[in-house]
Amino acid sequence: MNDFIAARSQMALSLGFHIVFSCIGMVMPFFMAVSHFIWLRTGNVMYKNVTRAWSKGVAIFFATGAVSGTVLSFELGLLWPEFMKHAGPIFGMPFSLEGTAFFIEAIALGFYLYGWDRFNKWFHWGTGVLVGVSGLVSGILVVAANAWMNSPAGFDYINGQYLNIHPIQAMFNDAWFSQALHMCIAAFAATGFAVAGVHALMILRGSHVQFHGKAFRIAAVFACVAALLQPLSGDISAKDVGRRQPAKLAAMEAHFKTEKRAPLIIGGIPDEKNKTVHFAIEIPGMLSFMAHDDFNAEVTGLDQIKPEDHPPVAVTHYAFQVMVGLGMLMLAISLLYFIAVWKKKQWLQKQWLLKLFVLATPAGFLAVEAGWTVTEVGRQPWIINGIMRTADAVTPMPGIVYSFYLFTAVYLSLAVIVTFMLYRQIRMVGKLYDLPAMPVPSSH
Amino acid sequence: MLYVVIIFLWTSILLYLLLGGADFGAGIIELFTSRDNQDRTRRTMYRAIGPIWEANHMWLIIAIVILFVGFPEIYTTMSIYLHIPLVIMLLGIVARGTAFSFRNYDAVVDDMQVIYNRIFMYASCVTPFFLGIIAGSAVAGRIDTHATNFLDAYVFSWLHWFSVAIGFFTVAICGFLASVYLIGETDNETDRQRFISKARTTNILAVIAGALVFVAAQVEHIPLMDWIFGNPVGITAIVLASLSLVLLWYLLFHGKTKILRVLAGFQVTMILLTTTYRHYPKIVLLKGGGYLSLLEHAGNEHTMAALGWALLLGSVFILPAVFYLIYSFQKKKASVAH
Repeated sequence: MNDFIAARSQMALSLGFHIVFSCIGMVMPFFMAVSHFIWLRTGNVMYKNVTRAWSKGVAIFFATGAVSGTVLSFELGLLWPEFMKHAGPIFGMPFSLEGTAFFIEAIALGFYLYGWDRFNKWFHWGTGVLVGVSGLVSGILVVAANAWMNSPAGFDYINGQYLNIHPIQAMFNDAWFSQALHMCIAAFAATGFAVAGVHALMILRGSHVQFHGKAFRIAAVFACVAALLQPLSGDISAKDVGRRQPAKLAAMEAHFKTEKRAPLIIGGIPDEKNKTVHFAIEIPGMLSFMAHDDFNAEVTGLDQIKPEDHPPVAVTHYAFQVMVGLGMLMLAISLLYFIAVWKKKQWLQKQWLLKLFVLATPAGFLAVEAGWTVTEVGRQPWIINGIMRTADAVTPMPGIVYSFYLFTAVYLSLAVIVTFMLYRQIRMVGKLYDLPAMPVPSSH
Repeated sequence: MLYVVIIFLWTSILLYLLLGGADFGAGIIELFTSRDNQDRTRRTMYRAIGPIWEANHMWLIIAIVILFVGFPEIYTTMSIYLHIPLVIMLLGIVARGTAFSFRNYDAVVDDMQVIYNRIFMYASCVTPFFLGIIAGSAVAGRIDTHATNFLDAYVFSWLHWFSVAIGFFTVAICGFLASVYLIGETDNETDRQRFISKARTTNILAVIAGALVFVAAQVEHIPLMDWIFGNPVGITAIVLASLSLVLLWYLLFHGKTKILRVLAGFQVTMILLTTTYRHYPKIVLLKGGGYLSLLEHAGNEHTMAALGWALLLGSVFILPAVFYLIYSFQKKKASVAH
C-alpha cells in the first residue's frame, strides 16, 4: 500500500465511521423528542422510560460522532493539505456555519441530558428538539461542502489559480440540494431501520414487550416514511448527477458506450477491459428516462470520457447496485408495514413482520455506506471535480500507511466498544426502565 | 472583517485553553488523586463538567475552522509539518471524549469502568501536553519547509526542549485551572480543602514549569526573554499576572471561590496575551527567518467577509446559550446546596 492509497483509505475509513455515528446522533433525537412528547401529553411513564433509554444512546453516539468529526476536521489538512490550501477559503462557508449549528447542538444536549426535573418541562423538551434540528442543519451544511467537491462553484479557475471567490455561491452549488436531501432521508431511514430492528428483535425474544413495542413503533414509522420518500430524492439525485457528472453516472451504471435509448443495467459484472457487463439485466431506454426524463435521450458513456478520467467502474457500479437494492428492500418492508397499520391490523401481531424488520436492521446503514462510496469513488480521480486531482492533493509526508493502521485500530476498537455498550444498554432495559413507576434516578 | 476574524480566532483559542483546559485538568487532577478519593473527585467532576464538556470542546473546532477557511496556508503548513503531534493530540481527544461518555452512560457499572477511567485520565494528560507542543513548535522557528529528510521535516520541527517544556507548562496550567474551578463545585468542606491544596500544588508546578520554559528557551536559543520583556504590553501583562498571583495565594487561604476563578482565568489570559502579542501578526515562525502571518496569509476579501459574518451571527446564538447553560447549572446547584 503506498501513501496515496493509505491516505485515501484512512479518509474513507474515518468518514465511513463518522457517517454512521453522525446519522444516529442526528436522527435519534427526533425519536427521543417524539416519545418525550407522547409522555408529556399522555403521562404514560413507559414513554418516559423509552425517552430516557434513547437519550443514553444519543449521548453515546453524539460523543463518538463529535470526536470522529473533530478528527475529520484535522484530517482534511493532515491528509489533503494541497486541497485545503485552495479549497478551504472557497467551500469553508458551510463549515463555519456548521460550527455554529454543532455548537448549539452540544449546548442543547447539555440542557437536555442534565436538565431532567430541573427546567420547565416544555423548555426541556424543546432543548431535545433543538438537538435534532441543529444536528440536521449541521448535516445539511456538511453535505453542502461535500457537494461543492462534486459541483465546484463560486470561483474562477484561471491558469491554475483560484480567483473571484464567492463563498456563498460555493455553498449553494448545483449539487447541494439534491445531495443534502438524499443524505438526510437516508439518515432517517437508516437510523429508523436500525433502531426498529433492535427493538423488534427484543419483542421477538419476548423481553419487555411493552417497552420495546412502543419504541419500535416510533422508530418504524420514521424509517418507513423515509424509505418511501427516498426513491423520489434518488430520482432527483440521478438526474443531477447525469447532468453534472456524466462520468460518475456512467460508472454507476457501468455504461461503457454512449447511446440513445440507453438501457438500465441491473446487477452484472462489469468487465473494464472489454468494456462490457456480463450477466446483467437490461431494461431498454430506462437509463435515458432516469437521467433525462426521455426514453430516447442520449446518455454519455465512458467512451466519451478520457481514460485517465474514468472513475473505478466496478466499485462504483457494485456500490450503486447495493444501495438501490437495499433501498428497494426497505421500500417493500415499509409498504407492508403501512398496509398492516391501515388495512391489516392482524399482521402487526405476526412474527414475520417483526422478523423482516430484524433482517433490515443493518440495511439502511449498508445503503448509506454504499451510497457514500458511489458519491466519493464515483468522483475519482478528482478531489475537486474537473479541477484538482486527488493524487495532487495528498500530503507530502511519507509513512501515512502507519497512520492508516493506527486509525484503523482506533476505529475498530471504538466500534466494538460502542456495540458492546449498546448491548449492555439493551440488556439492562428491564432493570432500568421497565418499571411502570420508575423512580427518577439522580443525576447519574 | 479580517480583524473580526482574528479576534474570534484568538478568543476561541483562549476559551479553549480556559474551558477545555479546565476540562482536561479535571482528568489530570483525577490521575493525581489518591485512590481513596478518586471516586469523590469523579463525582464532583461529573457534576461540574458533565453538562458543558461537549460545548467546551467546540472552541477547538471553531479555531480550526477559522484557520482552514481564513488562513489556509497556516492551517496546511501546520498540518504537514506538525502531523505527528497533531495525530497524537487527536487520538487523545478521541480517547478522552469517548471514555468520558462511556463511563457516564454505560448501563452496567463493573470492571469496564476501571478501563474507561484509565483511558480518560491518561488521555487528559496527553492531549494538553501535545497541544502545548504544537503551540510551542509554531513559534520556535524549527519548522523547516525546505528539509529534505524525514526527521528534519516531520520530527525535529516539533521535538525540542522548548516545545516539550511548553507541553508540561500547558498540562500544569490545565491542572491548576481545574482545581481552582472544582473548589466551587464541591458539596462538603473536606473536598473543598482537598481542591484548595491541589490548587496550591498545581500552581507551584505551573510556576516551575514556566521557569523551565525559560530555561529551555535559553538552551534552544529562542529569544523568549526579549519576546516577553521587550515590549510594554508584555511587561504589563506579566506584572498584572504576578500581582494577581499574590492575591490568589492570599485568597486560597481565605476562600472566595468566584474571585479565585476570575484570577486564575485572568492569569492564563495574560500569559496567552504576552506570548501572542509580540509575534502578532506572525503566527507560525519558520526555520531561517520565514514566517506565516495572519495579515499576509489571510484568505481573499469575500472569504473573510463571509467568515466574519458567519462568526458574528454564530456568536449571537452561541454566547447567550453557553452562558445560560453554565449559569443555570450553577444556579441549580446552589439552590440544591441550600
